[in-house]
Amino acid sequence: MGMRTKAAGKGRCKVAARGGMTIYEAVAQKAVLLKALDGHEEVEIDLSGVTELDTAGLQLLVLAKRVALKADKTLRLVAHSPACLEVLDCYGLGGYFGDPLVLASDGKEKKA
Amino acid sequence: MKPKSKSKADRGVAPPLELQPAQHTFVAECRELLRDMEDALLRLEKAPGDGEAVNAVFRAAHTIKGSSGVFGFDAIVAFTHGLESVIEDVRAGDVAVDADLIALLLSCGDHVALLVEAVAGGEAAPDESLSEAGATLAAQLAACTGAIAEPFPVAVAAPEPQAQVESLGGGGVASDTWHISLRFGRDVLRNGLDPLSFIRYLGTLGEVAAIATLFEAMPEAASMDPESCYLGVEIDFAGEIDKAALEDAFEFLRDDCAIRILPPHSHVGDYIRLIEELPEDKAMLGELLVRSGALTDRELEEGLKLQRALDEDYGQAADHGHAHKLGEILVGQGVVQNELVDAALEKQRTIQEHRARESHFVRVRADKLDELITLVGELVIAGAGTRLLALRAGLGDLIESTSTMERLVEEIRDGALSLRMVPIAETFGRFKRVVRDLGRELGKEVELVLSGTDTEVDKSMAERIGDPLMHLVRNALDHGIEPPEVRVQRGKPACGRIHLNAYHDSGVIVVEVNDDGGGLDRRRILETARVRGLVAPGQEPDEKELLDLVMEPGFSTAGEVTNVSGRGIGMDVVRRNVEALRGAVAIDSVDGQGTTVSIRLPLTLAIIDGFLVGVGGSGYVVPLEMVVECMELGAEDRAAIASRSYINLRGRVLPLLRLREVFEVPGEAGRRENIVVVQYAGRQAGFVVDSLVGEFQTVIKPLGKLFERLSGISGSTILGSGEVALIVDVPHLVQRATGEGSRREGVPPLARNTSISATPHGEAS
Repeated sequence: MGMRTKAAGKGRCKVAARGGMTIYEAVAQKAVLLKALDGHEEVEIDLSGVTELDTAGLQLLVLAKRVALKADKTLRLVAHSPACLEVLDCYGLGGYFGDPLVLASDGKEKKA
Repeated sequence: MKPKSKSKADRGVAPPLELQPAQHTFVAECRELLRDMEDALLRLEKAPGDGEAVNAVFRAAHTIKGSSGVFGFDAIVAFTHGLESVIEDVRAGDVAVDADLIALLLSCGDHVALLVEAVAGGEAAPDESLSEAGATLAAQLAACTGAIAEPFPVAVAAPEPQAQVESLGGGGVASDTWHISLRFGRDVLRNGLDPLSFIRYLGTLGEVAAIATLFEAMPEAASMDPESCYLGVEIDFAGEIDKAALEDAFEFLRDDCAIRILPPHSHVGDYIRLIEELPEDKAMLGELLVRSGALTDRELEEGLKLQRALDEDYGQAADHGHAHKLGEILVGQGVVQNELVDAALEKQRTIQEHRARESHFVRVRADKLDELITLVGELVIAGAGTRLLALRAGLGDLIESTSTMERLVEEIRDGALSLRMVPIAETFGRFKRVVRDLGRELGKEVELVLSGTDTEVDKSMAERIGDPLMHLVRNALDHGIEPPEVRVQRGKPACGRIHLNAYHDSGVIVVEVNDDGGGLDRRRILETARVRGLVAPGQEPDEKELLDLVMEPGFSTAGEVTNVSGRGIGMDVVRRNVEALRGAVAIDSVDGQGTTVSIRLPLTLAIIDGFLVGVGGSGYVVPLEMVVECMELGAEDRAAIASRSYINLRGRVLPLLRLREVFEVPGEAGRRENIVVVQYAGRQAGFVVDSLVGEFQTVIKPLGKLFERLSGISGSTILGSGEVALIVDVPHLVQRATGEGSRREGVPPLARNTSISATPHGEAS
């Protein structure tokens, strides 16, 4: 389990999520995400390392996105792992995040 | 819906549908509930603040919805749901009870009744006209949900209801997907269930054509609990699957989740209702449905027109300061949906209510009952035979044991007969609605008073008396009760009164229809009768004969023919129907004060307590309930009646009939004769017979067709000895002894037509 925040300067930061984003990690991850959004104008969440995403995890992403939209900040989800893509697809939420959904091959980030 | 629905998985669409026994129960139950509902509505109309009545209406609608759900009668579920929501709002005080609402709810009740009858008729789905009517009502109901306690000049319904009706009535939407609407409970995740797995599972059953996730329910970041579930999804699902299977897919979620499933080609109204019920923003949901292909743009727009009209009203309401904000109501609805505990409790309660009721009543097929009664009849006859043998054998022990048995048989007989008895309240009950509706139509204010509703009558009698009563009540309303202006002029209260009364009177049941209207116009009756040649010129019929003329076929004194009555059919039909039940009709009318029509009917039909008398060698049975007393005919009286047909009974005149003469029994009377004093309709008469045998349980056997018109005899029975005894038609004979008999000496009693004398027609009845 892990979610690490790395400042990237100019009010930007990157959050790298690894392992599970499930109900077990949800409380801790909520704090991490909100804190990241609190201190930065632009947050990028790297999902390439997410091996498991459940509804609780998805809700966190939705929450983060909503907070960002409200505060006029930018939240980007990048490098979705297959597990993430499947869940987003399941819920039909790809469009909501507005991020390019690309198959993250080999966990490497690609920008469209 | 409970999982048990699974077992009744045959939700076949193709009519005709074979009704399962359970469905018969469903139909019967629904009919009862609808009656309750109508009752409660009428009570509510009188006392708009009657909370108990509102609850009763709600209970009825709710239970009908529940049971229809169990059987998968979706049309009924959908319709009653709308009904239920309106009543819920009434309960909450958001919708005011006024005449229009009651009228609407009454018509909704009627519509549900039609739907139920369609089910009873084996139709799987209501036909088009019925669905259309349903859509109209549903739209009106939906419009009501928004109505505010204060009446507003602007109609709550959309400005062009007609146009809407058309568009809504257009039947199902084009899409062929199931629409599934899920709002997950907060604790779903904590309970170890993930909605994801259900969506994935759906994917294996068919194709998830479209899905939209809603998270409006999610609170602000600070108060959002990451372990709670705030999601809802709208799914369009394509797959060859029935509703039961679909519901089973969500079986684990059922208790934690608000699930709504609309089958393919559902009615647009259903979608609109769905949109309306969901807590989220309506426009958004609508778009969602369009996007997912469940609705087309046009369908949505037509449906939402209604919503818009509603919203405008809300706007106006706000100006008036009585605003129930749309949001508030929606939250109200949202709460209902999310309070799953409540829903579960309600469900449990309904089931308990069902059980409680089931334990009180057992439904039995009517023909089984009839069979039982026939058997009891045979038992009675066989018992009488045994007793006779015992008496002949003179064995004390045997006589004792047979008399014990006889007592038991008697109890069984009474018990079996009472199984068929129902209070007349049920028959009377339906007239409340008739009087109300008809009163409105005729512009008369009429109050219906019921009394003696506990009086029990045979079930088949209760059913068959309904039509004649209906005629009488309609007559009273149309001809009897005067218009309010006239009533006030005559110094009567503007509100007319119709009184239905029932009571037992020595072995017969009397049902009276009384109105406080203008009474029958004797002059006009006589005129009409003369014109029609029913009364010869110069002849003056007496009071009773005159009034009885009204019951002649085709007789009408109505100045104008209305669609209610006045066509001259009616009273003669009433008389025919009542006579077919071995009853009689009497009319009593006081000018300016009203008319009373009394129907007298025999109480039972199969087995009675009789009093056996002997005339010559044969036995005759007089129904015991009509027997007042028995006495020996003294020598003095005996001499006296040789020249006149009455005696002095303790200072009163008692008309006599010699049964020997009436039935033309050959031979001379014995040394002693007896009198059986009987009473019918308040008049007494004495039958002169040879011997008094005693009480006798009488199983009434109908006379064959050949003897149907035999006067003075109402049936036959079999004695213990195997001999046949005739049952004396007391009403007829009493009438003969007391009425016409004394007036018209010249005519032999049997030859006389008792209905109307002095008229040339001869086929009166």
